[in-house]
Amino acid sequence: MAKANKDSSKPTRKRKHVASDILLVGQPNVGKSVLFSRMTGIRTIASNYPGTTVGYTSGRMRFANDIYDVVDAPGTYSLEPLDDAAKVAVDLIDEARRIINVVDATHLERHLTLTLELIAQGKPMVVALNMSDEARHKGIEIDVSRLAKRLGVPVIPTVARTGEGVKRLILATLSLDLKKIGREEGGHPGHHPHIAHHPVGNHTRGHKHIPEKKAWTKVGEIVDEVQILHHHHHTFGQWFEEASVHPVWGGLVAILVLAVSFILIRIIGEFLIGGGIGIVGNPWVELPFGTEKLFEVAWKPVMMKLSGLLGEGSFLHNLFIGQLIGGQIDFMQSFGILTSGLFIPLGAVLPYIVSFYFVLGILEDTGYLPRLAVFLDNIMHRLGLHGYAIIPTLLGLGCNVPGVMATRILETKRQRFITATLISIAVPCAALQAMIIGLVGERGLWPVALIYGILFVVWILIGVILRFTSKGFRPELLIEIPPYRAPSWRALGSKLWMRITGFLKEALPVVLGAVVVVNLLYQFNVFRYIARAAAPVVSFLWGLPKEAIAPLLVGILRKDVAIGMFAPLNLTIKQLVIGSVVLSMFFPCIATFVIMFRELGLKDALKSIGIMFIAVIIVGTAINFLWPG
Amino acid sequence: MSEKLLTDLSINEEAEIVEIRGGRGMQARLRALGLSEGQHVKKLSHVGLGGPVVILVNRAQVAIGRGMARRIIVRSNDG
Repeated sequence: MAKANKDSSKPTRKRKHVASDILLVGQPNVGKSVLFSRMTGIRTIASNYPGTTVGYTSGRMRFANDIYDVVDAPGTYSLEPLDDAAKVAVDLIDEARRIINVVDATHLERHLTLTLELIAQGKPMVVALNMSDEARHKGIEIDVSRLAKRLGVPVIPTVARTGEGVKRLILATLSLDLKKIGREEGGHPGHHPHIAHHPVGNHTRGHKHIPEKKAWTKVGEIVDEVQILHHHHHTFGQWFEEASVHPVWGGLVAILVLAVSFILIRIIGEFLIGGGIGIVGNPWVELPFGTEKLFEVAWKPVMMKLSGLLGEGSFLHNLFIGQLIGGQIDFMQSFGILTSGLFIPLGAVLPYIVSFYFVLGILEDTGYLPRLAVFLDNIMHRLGLHGYAIIPTLLGLGCNVPGVMATRILETKRQRFITATLISIAVPCAALQAMIIGLVGERGLWPVALIYGILFVVWILIGVILRFTSKGFRPELLIEIPPYRAPSWRALGSKLWMRITGFLKEALPVVLGAVVVVNLLYQFNVFRYIARAAAPVVSFLWGLPKEAIAPLLVGILRKDVAIGMFAPLNLTIKQLVIGSVVLSMFFPCIATFVIMFRELGLKDALKSIGIMFIAVIIVGTAINFLWPG
Repeated sequence: MSEKLLTDLSINEEAEIVEIRGGRGMQARLRALGLSEGQHVKKLSHVGLGGPVVILVNRAQVAIGRGMARRIIVRSNDG
């Protein structure tokens, strides 16, 4: 039905933005993206924290046999371009034919300032009074028709999450008179002193700023007139909201939430792989399904038949089936396209992608993440960042690509550089983690914990070094903490689905390609020459067999495939730990690399890669020489 | 009625903002979140080791970095 066109290029660049029939504008976290999904049928990633949409999304809406271009602008507090998001929004407004201003019905006094600024732009406009269910629930009563009269534009109460009022909103938007420029504002000049004093001059493009003090008084007047606050008892929700930012209780909640999240990710991941339920070691319950069993029981016999047909050792056998281990297919080690090539992404990694994004989705949609940012703020300051940088970092634990892209929610170039560099070096993606847990976990839980511990220390150390070496203004944390919301399972499911299909679409071809490349390079003995050249670093400094250079190079394509290549090398636990750490830190996978160039620019991306090279050599060497035996 | 810094309020203390000592950019960022002179606020939290201050303003929670919070002067309602 609709074609999504996600603008992922730099929002800061000066460029013509798309013209839209309908533009959604509003402050961060008011539900613009949810409304956009409702109108266009395009799934978007929406979460309960400000700044989820950093670029803009455009799509098509079909309504009464007509097609309209709809654009979802990034959230902006004001048309005064304080940050990149506001600059993008201002450009989009210039190109838009009609505007829907999405406001939060529970915080009218804050949202109407932007509304007044938008009205002053003179574009045909409708106000969507969103989250009106939450307002009702909180005892906030708004006289909608009076508000519409005061503003001089239609006001429609909506609940984007459930779709309530969305059709009315669309009808109201489409019936706007496009020729009527908002100067007269429906002929209520008396009600608009600020506009009367600052008329929109001869259709010039300049943006009119209402003197701030005046706008605030104006908003205060309107809110006093249209809003009644019913006295409301302290609900459990409010109590919990205050408790989870409390200096003591909040800290405990943060630790608990993180611990439960990690345990949950592991339980769900292992359940999907092996069908067992348990935290460590032998599961408490064993069920007869799971991706690993599916491969063993259903896929292996088919592959063994194919193996017989192709004949072991033939070129095609090597390519599709790979090597037989003791006359059998080993999905981790065989390394054919149809064996390891399918098993790594679908059997080993996918379960962890599902469990990670499921848990992350809950954290995002309940609104816990900004609270976590508050509690980690002081730690992040030691790294030259502030608390909000934890959000891209957590996203990076799923996949570094969205993690690096999400650094756009940070204010300065310096913060974006530090956060992106730390993500690409010391934050392992879910695919890599799944393989580390699968391969290293067989040798015990402590080597896995050690790998995580080393990467965490590296993350801190490089952060501290970058804090003192990179120049630039260090802004302070300033965020609104959204109320807790019960996640909607439908929205949660749809977001999870988007992320899983995204993983499959992007990872599957690269994994298969990587397996083919590995096979060809082996068959033509290319690795042997590279191994000889790389031996000084790999063998002498890191204590790894020189064959380990092959997985390290393949890591440039896909880290999960690369870890799989450690399987046949008979590494000691020490070598496995060093190999996993080095592989995690060494060259970001090609997809992350491309995004880093795009987000940071050539100079900073190269700087980041330079830091990575130095760090990986030092860290690998340090573990090798500090670890006795 | 005493004037003090936002950071010096105790937890659950209510106050009115008297002055914001900052440049235009900082003033604008704070105003966008509803913080301006004359506004009533209630302090909810104060994260240790130089962490941010969390306040309630217009029924919304806002977290403010310590350095910025130190430049907000308030008049306590409790005196």
